[in-house]
Amino acid sequence: MMQATEAILALPAAATPYADKVDGLFWALTGVCGFVTIGITLTIAYFCFRYRRGTPVNRKLPDLASGKRRSRRIETVWILVPLAFFFIFFGWGARLYYIYDDPPRNALAIYVTAKQWMWKVEHSNGRREINELHVPVDRPIKLVMTSQDVIHDFYVPAFREKRDVLPGRYTVLWFEPTLRGVYPLRCDEYCGTAHSLMTGTVYVMSEGDYGRWLASGSEEPTLARLGFDRFRELGCSGCHGPSSTLHAPSLAGLYGRMVPLADGTFVRFDEAYIRDKILQPAKQIPAGYANDMPSFQGRVSQQDILELTAFLRSLANTSPDVPQGNHLP
Amino acid sequence: MSTAIAEPAAPEPQSNYLTNGYSLWSWLTTTDHKRIAILYGVTITAFFFIGGAAATLMRLELVSPTPILMSAGTYNKLFTAHGVIMVWFFLIPSIPATLGNFLIPLMVGAKDVALPRVNLLSWYVFALGGCFVIVTLIAGGIDTGWTFYTPYSTRFSQTQVIYGLVGVFVTGFSSIMTGLNFIVTVHRLRAPGLTWFRLPLFVWAIYATSIILVLATPVLAMTLLLLAMQRVFGLGIFDATLGGDPVLFQHMFWFYSHPAVYIMVLPAMGVASEVITCFARKPVFGYRTMAYAIAAIAAFGFMVWGHHMFVAGQSLYASLVFSFLSYIVAIPSAIKVFNWTATLYKGSITFEAPMLYALGFVGLFLIGGLTGLYLASLGMDVDLSRTYFVVAHFHYIMVGGSVMAYFAGLHFWWPKITGKLYSESGSRLAAIVIFVGFNLTFFPQFILGIEGMPRRYFEYSPHFQFLNILSSAGASILAAGYVLPLIYLTWSALHGARAPDNPWGAKGLEWQTRSPPPVENFDAPPSIPERPYDYDPEAAEEARR
Repeated sequence: MMQATEAILALPAAATPYADKVDGLFWALTGVCGFVTIGITLTIAYFCFRYRRGTPVNRKLPDLASGKRRSRRIETVWILVPLAFFFIFFGWGARLYYIYDDPPRNALAIYVTAKQWMWKVEHSNGRREINELHVPVDRPIKLVMTSQDVIHDFYVPAFREKRDVLPGRYTVLWFEPTLRGVYPLRCDEYCGTAHSLMTGTVYVMSEGDYGRWLASGSEEPTLARLGFDRFRELGCSGCHGPSSTLHAPSLAGLYGRMVPLADGTFVRFDEAYIRDKILQPAKQIPAGYANDMPSFQGRVSQQDILELTAFLRSLANTSPDVPQGNHLP
Repeated sequence: MSTAIAEPAAPEPQSNYLTNGYSLWSWLTTTDHKRIAILYGVTITAFFFIGGAAATLMRLELVSPTPILMSAGTYNKLFTAHGVIMVWFFLIPSIPATLGNFLIPLMVGAKDVALPRVNLLSWYVFALGGCFVIVTLIAGGIDTGWTFYTPYSTRFSQTQVIYGLVGVFVTGFSSIMTGLNFIVTVHRLRAPGLTWFRLPLFVWAIYATSIILVLATPVLAMTLLLLAMQRVFGLGIFDATLGGDPVLFQHMFWFYSHPAVYIMVLPAMGVASEVITCFARKPVFGYRTMAYAIAAIAAFGFMVWGHHMFVAGQSLYASLVFSFLSYIVAIPSAIKVFNWTATLYKGSITFEAPMLYALGFVGLFLIGGLTGLYLASLGMDVDLSRTYFVVAHFHYIMVGGSVMAYFAGLHFWWPKITGKLYSESGSRLAAIVIFVGFNLTFFPQFILGIEGMPRRYFEYSPHFQFLNILSSAGASILAAGYVLPLIYLTWSALHGARAPDNPWGAKGLEWQTRSPPPVENFDAPPSIPERPYDYDPEAAEEARR
């Protein structure tokens, strides 16, 4: 019996402050909806019992005009009261969504590539893992995710969060786990035959353990270092390098900043923009520059873009005159 | 059916729409809306049991967290078949094309629908679409899910996607024709004096549904066509590698498929309004508000599709608007539940099978609607979307709501349609068995979702097993519950006692004619009541004494 109770009530642990907030909303919704369900069910049951045929009760209906007035009043009440609760739940849910949708600037970026049917994870120092994700506790983590094939969805019930992982696009999921532990990861967008096996594990560990884990992998060059190599091999440095004579912007220090565009708008220089510029450079031309960058569509792989992005990220806090690449380990 | 006994015996058999030709040919070439309703009824019943068999196999498999009966591929094909068949070949045509077809002309006092031959054509088109689906199943099935999300459906699925798409595409035209027919019928063929606010709410509901059918279904046709062109010719609309956008497909798909939920639910609300007033012997509470609520649901239902994409990379502001509108569309639904409840107050209530089904509908729709509030709330949806919570939520709406109401309507109008009575105890028992089985099947799925079990999972983490077993146990009760009406209704059609013209003492025009109605629907022009649902609970009590 004990086991049965546990099987029913074993809600996943809430491992982030955000998850606690979601649980707050959940219980509020459950309280109100539970009350309404029970209230209406009991009212129906009571009416059915009291007014079943043959009971000697007053069934006199009000005359048409006064009945109409009364039912207007009653209906106004049961339009306005639910509406008030709906506004609360809308606002409450929207507030959480703002948090969910806005990763902090200082979040530790980890790259996730989904494919049928596995999760490939790359940490900034080049450490890779499959179907596992190691993260430090008490630090905002930002997953930068893309898919190599169909749509997947990165869902960690303990974080009360999920985000679709799309082909041809980066999406971001962020969280700040405060509870060390081991949590299941599940694909939550149907992705084909082995969809239900596209699961994994998230390890939330202490900062020290995470550092040791990060260092324990085989000696691999960091993503940014690989990106620097790509930057030269693909010829990016020919135009964007510090010694270039061509009129192309230096990319140092740009990452995360807002860039003015030729059409007068601004765009954030982030994963999505970098990807777009590599594949479709004619879109979103920066102000003051000509549209003369060639498209690298078909010449770069998913992995190349990932590495280039990591490299540009590593330039975030450098000034445009710092010789590029020298800051890398 | 205690009231039936008190009524005078029905007159001797006269010619009616059922005696107007017995050959198969007379049925296949009929333009009588009543016969077409029965053609639809037989067809969708067959699809209901095919779709139900797929569900039963899935629930059997899910008893164990690891494979026991089938492979993952087979499981994926089963849930796709279940979804496609139940949505397009049962739920969408269910109430409109059977009860609606039979009743709309009767309720407006007309001889037939406005375009009888188009009506027959719509059934043939429906049957043709159904043939494609059967062929798809025989050819090995589809594994995309009923939502056909790209790029899985265009570049990765190795199954018979195109056959299935053609089936759904073709069937859409039958929906459009049926919708168009009802719109014209309600506008043009109402009996003199039958103004809009004298129409039964069932007619309002079917009218609103028809508008949605006509406006939304073409978008589905376009979407499926683009999908097929991408799969066959490599057109890049939804293909990220060609500069397209897979999420665009989701927008287009749900632009149809969310209103489609209201195609399934509005007619159910119409049935509930007819049945509850009749068995409470009381005018419906707030008739005009109920009619406006139907119109509001149909209108706002078109503006909430984006709530399916809160985690799909849709912009923050789009999500905010869709979340807000999703709450707004809940208001008219809430009004309807309150008004049904208030209709019972001071009634003279009896509990024949149609009423039991209708009360079951209200309770289950209530839970389905309230759990929709969780999913409309952005922060909550980020956790719950695409989990079993969603599966439970929409089954409470579509099975607890629409199917219960379909059964309520079927039992309510069965004596009118067939001219026969059915087993009173058997039908009440079935209503209770279905209600219990339904809750046992789907309530545990809410908890599974809250605990984080994604939908469409063939294998699952062992700690979800207990709730899955509960759900499967419930499904076996539910399956038994659905077989019961098949038995006693078939028996009734063949050997049932003759039904009087108005066994429930109901007020609609359809009860003024014979059971079953003559070919021309009315022997004499029906008298139009000054207001609909002119029931009097005190008189009903008097009559009993």
